[in-house]
Amino acid sequence: MISRRRRYEILSERSIETLIYLCGISAIIFVFGICFFVFREGLPLVFKEDTNFSLGKFFFSTEWFPTSMANKRYGALALIVGTLTVTILAMVIAVPFALGATVFLSEFCGGKFRETLKIVIELLAAIPSIVWGFIGLTVINPLIIQVFHVPVGLNALNGAVILALMAMPIMVSIGEDALKAVPDSYREAALALGATRWQMVFRVLLPAAKNGLLAAVLLGVGRAVGETMGVLMATGHAVNIPFFRDDGSFNWGWMFESVRTLTATIAAELGETSQGSDHYRVLFLIGVLLLSITFVINLTADLVVKGIRKQK
Amino acid sequence: MHDSPPKIKVEQFSSWYGDKPVHKEISFHVRANEVLGIIGPAQSGKTTLLRAINRTLELTAGARSTGTIQVDGEDVRWVANVYELRRKIGMVAPLPVGLPLTIYDNVAFAPRCAGLSRKSDLDALVEKCLRQAALWDEVKDRLDSLGTKLSGGQQQRLTIARALSHQPEILCLDEFSIAIDPVTTMRIEEVLKELRKDITIILVTNLTQQARRLADRTMFLWNGEIIQLDRSEVIFSENPGNQKTYDYVHGIFG
Repeated sequence: MISRRRRYEILSERSIETLIYLCGISAIIFVFGICFFVFREGLPLVFKEDTNFSLGKFFFSTEWFPTSMANKRYGALALIVGTLTVTILAMVIAVPFALGATVFLSEFCGGKFRETLKIVIELLAAIPSIVWGFIGLTVINPLIIQVFHVPVGLNALNGAVILALMAMPIMVSIGEDALKAVPDSYREAALALGATRWQMVFRVLLPAAKNGLLAAVLLGVGRAVGETMGVLMATGHAVNIPFFRDDGSFNWGWMFESVRTLTATIAAELGETSQGSDHYRVLFLIGVLLLSITFVINLTADLVVKGIRKQK
Repeated sequence: MHDSPPKIKVEQFSSWYGDKPVHKEISFHVRANEVLGIIGPAQSGKTTLLRAINRTLELTAGARSTGTIQVDGEDVRWVANVYELRRKIGMVAPLPVGLPLTIYDNVAFAPRCAGLSRKSDLDALVEKCLRQAALWDEVKDRLDSLGTKLSGGQQQRLTIARALSHQPEILCLDEFSIAIDPVTTMRIEEVLKELRKDITIILVTNLTQQARRLADRTMFLWNGEIIQLDRSEVIFSENPGNQKTYDYVHGIFG
């Protein structure tokens, strides 16, 4: 016979197990739930007849006039290019800075200074994106106009700077973890062989921590692709492919053209649509597109990291 | 040989980790082309001593020291170029630390840091060092695979090859054989017997018999103090002249 106390123990054990199990799989449930919801709202448009929408135009046309009375057009190419431009430019700015900060933080500064610096960097991560947008409008906008002598400061460069600043803290803190995970014996072995600290960093630490550093960069990219409010305010929000002039020649000043991103479009327009309309559904399709982009980025990160691991 | 100036001269050397003392004013010297064995139980300061000689001790937070250590008559604390000093001293750690690089790059690491970049020079040097460490025949076909993939004994020989790669004048071996089997140990000991013709060797070991086999002189370090330093024949004889030494060497210590 099982005593009462024993039965209680079994029961509580079981219920805790179940609870933890539910917590564990809830992530999966949420992801599927979000996918289902976004697809349900967006997909009907793809199969709908008597509409101006077509998938070909969605991907390859730059004409985004969803509210035109006479001729609604849903070409998202300019938005896709806008997102890619701003994200890639942001990474070009952020990755070297973040890498430098990471190496400095983990190898070249010590004690109190380092702790302070870490707290400040974490603070940087806690600044809401609307505040970043505000900084883009009021600080970086006039700065760009002054420094580069261009008429408008709300452009791809502005957005990229904002994104770089936002993505950097996360890259630094993950990158620092990666460098900290390299055993100290490597450092000492390298130094004992007569390496200078720089040689140690470049020839031993960075190769040893490359997986973690790559993960840090990709997380930064994920953050940049998904960011909305900051870029909405900083990029100028004009549907525009920045690389070509009207006559079709290459625009060397593409950095200073206003662009619009996928995320900003959803944020700006969803409130004005009527539920179930074509416009409403096409915004959800953009959501599907964003979801796919981040999915592909994460998957690549996973595969790359696994590939590197296998090579070892 | 007794007249030649000492290769390493340690005077009144004391060290601490935080408040915990490690060495208590020890003084000794190592002659050029000599093999000095250092024996003693754990926590007696053997590794710390080696780290003080190539100045990697200062990398540990809270470590400090007083007294002088001279290498070739130069106080290590005031050398102009610490990297030069470290290159002069080959260091082999107790557990092999294969850097996460290929076998080739592991051995070529130090020469490259010192500025050697000609492929043919590097190739020759890598082969020479791997041969010296008795590893060449086992790895010559896979120099491009990662050093960390080798077995423990091979990795230890790789670190020895690496320690030789910057052509040191002094080789410090810190319990190099604790991770490897007796047969490999004997092979490395053969290598060391070759090397002693050219370089000075400090051999820290827990295997007292190893010191007996290889060392010209042996130092018994205990609790940060030199209990005895004498020719190995004396230390390992039936009558070393010091009860503690006798007890330790004959396994009736404590």
